[in-house]
Amino acid sequence: MTTNSLTTSQGAGRAGDKVFSGAAMAAGCLILAVLFGVALFLVVQAIPALTAPPESIQGGHGFFAYIAPIVVGTLIAAVIALVIATPVAIGVALFISHYAPRRLASGLGYVVDLLAAIPSVVYGAWGAAFLAKEISPAYDWLANNLGWIPIFAGPASATGKTILTAGIVLSVMVLPIITSLSREIFLQTPKLHEEAALALGATRWEMIKMAVLPFGRPGIVSAIMLGLGRALGETMAVALVLSSGVLTASLIQSGNQTIAAEIALNFPEASGLKVNTLIAAGLVLFVITLGVNMIARWIITRHKEFSGAN
Amino acid sequence: MSKRIDVKDLNVYYGNFLAVEDVNINIEAKSVTAFIGPSGCGKSTFLRTLNRMHEVLPGARVEGEVLLDGDNLYGPGVDPVTVRTQVGMVFQRPNPFPTMSIRDNVLAGVKLNNKKISKGAADALVEKSLVGANLWNEVKDRLDKPGSGLSGGQQQRLCIARAIAVEPQVILMDEPCSALDPISTLAVEDLINELKDQYTVVIVTHNMQQAARVSDKTAFFNIAGTGKPGKLIEFADTTSIFNNPAQKATEDYVSGRFG
Amino acid sequence: MTATAVRKRSALTKGQLPKSAPYIVLAVALVVGAAILALIGFNAFGWGLVSAILFAVGLVSWSGAVEGARKAKDRLATCLVVGAFLIALLPLISVIWTVLVNGIPGLITPNFLGTSMNGVTGAFDNKAAEDGAPVLGGIYHALLGTIQITLLATVISVPVGLLTSIYLVEYGNDRPLARAITFFVDVMTGIPSIVAGLFAAAFFFAIVGPGTKTGAVAAVALSVLMIPVVVRSSEEMLKIVPNELREASYALGVRKWRTITKVVIPTAISGIASGVTLAIARVIGETAPILVTAGFATTINNNVFGGWMASLPTFIYTQILNPTSPSNPGPSDQRAWGAALVLIILVMLLNLGARLIARIFAPKTGR
Repeated sequence: MTTNSLTTSQGAGRAGDKVFSGAAMAAGCLILAVLFGVALFLVVQAIPALTAPPESIQGGHGFFAYIAPIVVGTLIAAVIALVIATPVAIGVALFISHYAPRRLASGLGYVVDLLAAIPSVVYGAWGAAFLAKEISPAYDWLANNLGWIPIFAGPASATGKTILTAGIVLSVMVLPIITSLSREIFLQTPKLHEEAALALGATRWEMIKMAVLPFGRPGIVSAIMLGLGRALGETMAVALVLSSGVLTASLIQSGNQTIAAEIALNFPEASGLKVNTLIAAGLVLFVITLGVNMIARWIITRHKEFSGAN
Repeated sequence: MSKRIDVKDLNVYYGNFLAVEDVNINIEAKSVTAFIGPSGCGKSTFLRTLNRMHEVLPGARVEGEVLLDGDNLYGPGVDPVTVRTQVGMVFQRPNPFPTMSIRDNVLAGVKLNNKKISKGAADALVEKSLVGANLWNEVKDRLDKPGSGLSGGQQQRLCIARAIAVEPQVILMDEPCSALDPISTLAVEDLINELKDQYTVVIVTHNMQQAARVSDKTAFFNIAGTGKPGKLIEFADTTSIFNNPAQKATEDYVSGRFG
Repeated sequence: MTATAVRKRSALTKGQLPKSAPYIVLAVALVVGAAILALIGFNAFGWGLVSAILFAVGLVSWSGAVEGARKAKDRLATCLVVGAFLIALLPLISVIWTVLVNGIPGLITPNFLGTSMNGVTGAFDNKAAEDGAPVLGGIYHALLGTIQITLLATVISVPVGLLTSIYLVEYGNDRPLARAITFFVDVMTGIPSIVAGLFAAAFFFAIVGPGTKTGAVAAVALSVLMIPVVVRSSEEMLKIVPNELREASYALGVRKWRTITKVVIPTAISGIASGVTLAIARVIGETAPILVTAGFATTINNNVFGGWMASLPTFIYTQILNPTSPSNPGPSDQRAWGAALVLIILVMLLNLGARLIARIFAPKTGR
């Protein structure tokens, strides 16, 4: 072949392409490396606590005896938060997607987003200074009237700084997460399904029950899972609100502790093996939230493929 | 300026799917060639292989040769970027850069490649290109306004001005009028007639009257069925394609019996 | 109007409550609610709650009697949905009110924004609480620390996040690596903030030495939280840049990287900038990761890379939990709420800024 005039090109430009795409890929790989690093460094720093003689760990019975009650406490707080937040969040999402006047809807969505914008430490301060005080009469009432139920066993905490208060504060914090995801899913309900239901003479609620909720169910489930992930890992609401202690069945007495708050309260002054113990606790929290989030993401992707096939 | 294109035994694939099969065609310099055919017959796909734009789509590849005045576009060491500076393209929907003024849109090919150009030379280039695209009189007073503020037809002529500003040898047009109203279409068709004095123009169109109006030669592409590759059925002077086609399929198509 | 009023009722509106029914029920519920509350001791919250319950019960049972069970159920659902929204508003209003009421006295203290806690001891606070002396000390050091830490976190996160989103949108093509990155970025958004803090702490303990606590460590922790947010928002913004613009640029013989930097990013810049601002707003209020990485400081520290550093969130936290004067926490509380007010204002300004950026820098289309 004779010389091809098209092969003469500026080599510099080609190099620019390579450098740029390489940098983009490196950035992506860096993220994977960071996540891997999070796991690795937590494991490395946690090992001394896991292998230390049981009596040198706080409590004197080894790491698992130390971590088990606060894992349970973490779960209790998260479950309280979800039990309160889920129905309200779904109601709010329905309100914005199907009830509110169209012109108001985006503004109302922004109001709910404001809930997410408020820093967690402010929620914690509000829970400790305002909510705990205001709510303690209700705890007295619960202890007096429903005290035979173990979770409401008295005497109620006089300060109101209980796991239930912490759970309520957490519920406010996870509410915008569940709301915004559910709202998005509800808005994606095929208009045809909705109109078909309305054309059959269904009331608005029947239409929602027939078309919107079944369509949105996987989305709601994953939204709740993401909310759970947030509630499990949230620190400040618990650290500031809860007057912590040993694992207690009653939700209206002081006591219980969560992993995140345990770390926040003790890490700044910790030294030696205590640091490793707390990092090991962080590792446990990491693994739990990672599992919860992966399940949530898995549900979302599965759902995406499903709806894409339609 | 303007070069001829010779295509030899070209197959186009998307992954393992053969989209266009065995095309041989010789496109003269300084002429207008129209590609017609039913939807999905591969005429746009084939057009994109003439400046290697198909490579933008993942998995697309070709076998065979495309010669631009004897230089193979797919020869070893050929940079697709160099190919595209020689073979420009205008798209179905007008797509001026929304962040740029009219003037910057025309200069985009020069500026985006970071070539240094003096202000005087730039002004001259802008005027020359816009005059060449029949747009100068309409926009000369608002060169610093955003290009997206123009009408659809004006935007499309702006895109043509942008393409000729890099001084290509060939201009490919992929259904340039399908998103335009009849008056804007007329303006663009007039422009195509003028462009062939300087450039080799290849145009894909759905509109047979348009092909008849603007082109010197016409290529008819067809597809045997869904999942089958598109093929070049007939390539001849436009008058003979429309009045005296050699193939039955061509006659059926141009007389409106299918497609 | 009178003509329609006297007209025989249409068959289509038979068996329905009049349009004004909810208002009538609401008025009755408010009056009865006030009466009940008057008996057991009036408070606004109880009045609202009792009235809401009365309203729902009244409207649903009236509707059940006139319109039938299906309609009544529909009305009940409407009541519950609207009720849920109102309940969600309660904490928002309550939090903002609490912060305003408690924060303004702190904020208007002279020099609150201009002084640090250097030299402010419990003795001063005792004096302030007992003799009414002015509350000393301020948040200058914390404000400065927050700005430095957040700035450094942004400087780390934006290039990494933006480049990653470019990789995902422009180069990824659904390759396994791109899918892995997408998945793990999603997972990363769910990392508890305290774990991000522990990671940064563990990393620097291992690299620099045990007990390393500086502003930079905190910035790394915040970056771990910020990067996934930047990636996701930039990815969305790059995706909505029309492919036609990329093709137009390629067809002019422009290289891919120049197309991306000169065409794609400028087109998406308003959305990207607004996403970055929201990401900053998200991490600026993070407390837990800073708590375990930057330590506590009461003095001004201008060096992110050396020494302990204060920040607004940790300042609030320590002032509440460990008041400067344990016997008189009042002045500490006042400072904490003042700092909380400043922090909320910062976050709201950033949110507002994000919306403004999105509007101002959006590509102009004016004719």
